[in-house]
Amino acid sequence: MADAPTASASGRQTGIDAVPGEAYVDERTGELRQETMIINMGPQHPSTHGVLRLLLELDGETVIGCTPIIGYLHTGIEKNTEYRTWMQGVTYVTRADYLAPFFNELGYCLAVERLLGIEAPPRAQVIRVLMNELNRISSHLVWLATGGMELGAVSVMLYGFRERELLLDIFEEATGLRMNHAYIRIGGVIMDLPDEGVPHIERFLEQMPARIDDYERLLDENPIWLERNVGVGTLSADDALALGVTGPMLRAAGVATDVRKDEPYCGYETYDFEVPVGTGADAYTRYRLRIEEMRESMKIVRQCLDRLEPGPVMVQDPKVAWPAKLSVGPDGIGNDPAYIRHIMEESMEALIHHFKMVTEGVEVPAGEVYQAVESPRGELGFYVVSDGGHRPYRVKIRDPSFVNLQAVPAMVEGSLVADTIATIASLDPVMGGVDR
Amino acid sequence: MTPAELAERVRSRCPDTIVARGDVSTIVDRDDLLETLAWLRDDDGLSLGFCCSVTATDWPGSDPRLWVAYELRSIEHRHRLRVKVGLAEGDAHVPSVSSLYPTANWHERETHDFYGIVFDDHPNPRPLMLPDGWEGFPLLKTEELGGVNTRYKGAFIPPVDTRTATT
Repeated sequence: MADAPTASASGRQTGIDAVPGEAYVDERTGELRQETMIINMGPQHPSTHGVLRLLLELDGETVIGCTPIIGYLHTGIEKNTEYRTWMQGVTYVTRADYLAPFFNELGYCLAVERLLGIEAPPRAQVIRVLMNELNRISSHLVWLATGGMELGAVSVMLYGFRERELLLDIFEEATGLRMNHAYIRIGGVIMDLPDEGVPHIERFLEQMPARIDDYERLLDENPIWLERNVGVGTLSADDALALGVTGPMLRAAGVATDVRKDEPYCGYETYDFEVPVGTGADAYTRYRLRIEEMRESMKIVRQCLDRLEPGPVMVQDPKVAWPAKLSVGPDGIGNDPAYIRHIMEESMEALIHHFKMVTEGVEVPAGEVYQAVESPRGELGFYVVSDGGHRPYRVKIRDPSFVNLQAVPAMVEGSLVADTIATIASLDPVMGGVDR
Repeated sequence: MTPAELAERVRSRCPDTIVARGDVSTIVDRDDLLETLAWLRDDDGLSLGFCCSVTATDWPGSDPRLWVAYELRSIEHRHRLRVKVGLAEGDAHVPSVSSLYPTANWHERETHDFYGIVFDDHPNPRPLMLPDGWEGFPLLKTEELGGVNTRYKGAFIPPVDTRTATT
């Protein structure tokens, strides 16, 4: 495997370790160039997907050095989980990559379930896959919308957010929240799909294919889109593997790898779907792959709906399952009045149990696991360590955006400033996940 | 390769290899780290050429106090291995593996920020996640949870765990 670019023939440091401001020898002409300029891109630039700052060293319009500076959105999610119960951990990790909250919840819960030695019931597994794949579509729609806007395709931005709204309505209906749902919990999901949930997803599946066709008609042969994306931000398979890049970025370079296929979880091995792989290794190929992934996700959602059998959505073990029952009242989702009456008026034991489960929660045997799931951006890994107590000892989130972002210097150095924007857009970083 | 087969193969060189909850993990000595990782990466049957993550855990009061964990993955053979190195308190340094796995560059910088572990011969040992001039290593167990003694416009914010009682 080739090592990542670290030093060019001139001895100048390039790639991820470049030191800005040094004079360098132009390899083509052999002349010494000293008149470079260092500019800051970000941290508030709207094209940086959050608070990403790039220190660019320019020679005219050409980027000769790039240093990403991150950490502006660091919120201490990993540290916070160590001070809360296992169940509360879901609420924290869901906020890491805020465009893919279900993936964070799923990765964390699968890791904790492996430590506990339990498995969610079949209906919960299907709902998890269903929500994850809808979330993959909504995340790709935000990528399409923001990426399109960055390259001047404002109508794509409007369409992307319009369709995402359909999905957020479905999420809100099922979980009560548009983002940061905390819906997938240890042992299953917190509540079953609402009665209208399935018809609404069915309607979405009817509407969406025509919309995706529209995006393709707008962009596939659009001369400006091609000019800005074809051959831009290339990253070869060897470089991508050395730099740890995963997801559509890696598959666009021809490496057919997907955690759902390689190490299936939640029964992904029983679903019929393809993993699109490209060979162009450029921004346009990544665009094509993500569009195809949306179609594949819809295929999986269709199969999920066909498989939904009635049954419990949470393990029946009272030592693990969240005690409260939720229901939809006139003022939204809240505790079920019948359940409240049961613990407050009928059963002292139920009240004690409820109190213990909510304040102290589940006890997880000591040990450590690493659980990976395939998020829209690549391999999302959770390294979870327990010392046998009621709180996580360590939760490490291996976020794909964090690792993929490391490849930016290798992708943009030698290209034009304007291509930096297209490159970052094709990478689809989410700073909430990068900085955690 | 199943976890048991993988563990068997790794054990030929690293005797301290176990399978627990489906994860294979091995403990290596700090001085053997680079050679072992190079073997794991280049051995045809293992091909652990992909480094997913580098991180650490802190166990105050035990020896070794810090454990560095490397998550390796083989894309060809679809298996994973965790390599762990124990570091004694006051001697928290370990060779940088970014020459073998360039992706470890940022992971190691992050781990240094959070745990204070020094990665010897790291090509770019600057802070990554924390602001310049930050004192302390926030993810050590001896550090309090965030908001630590923050003073802002005359108001004082005590650590969260002295504000609210948790379990």
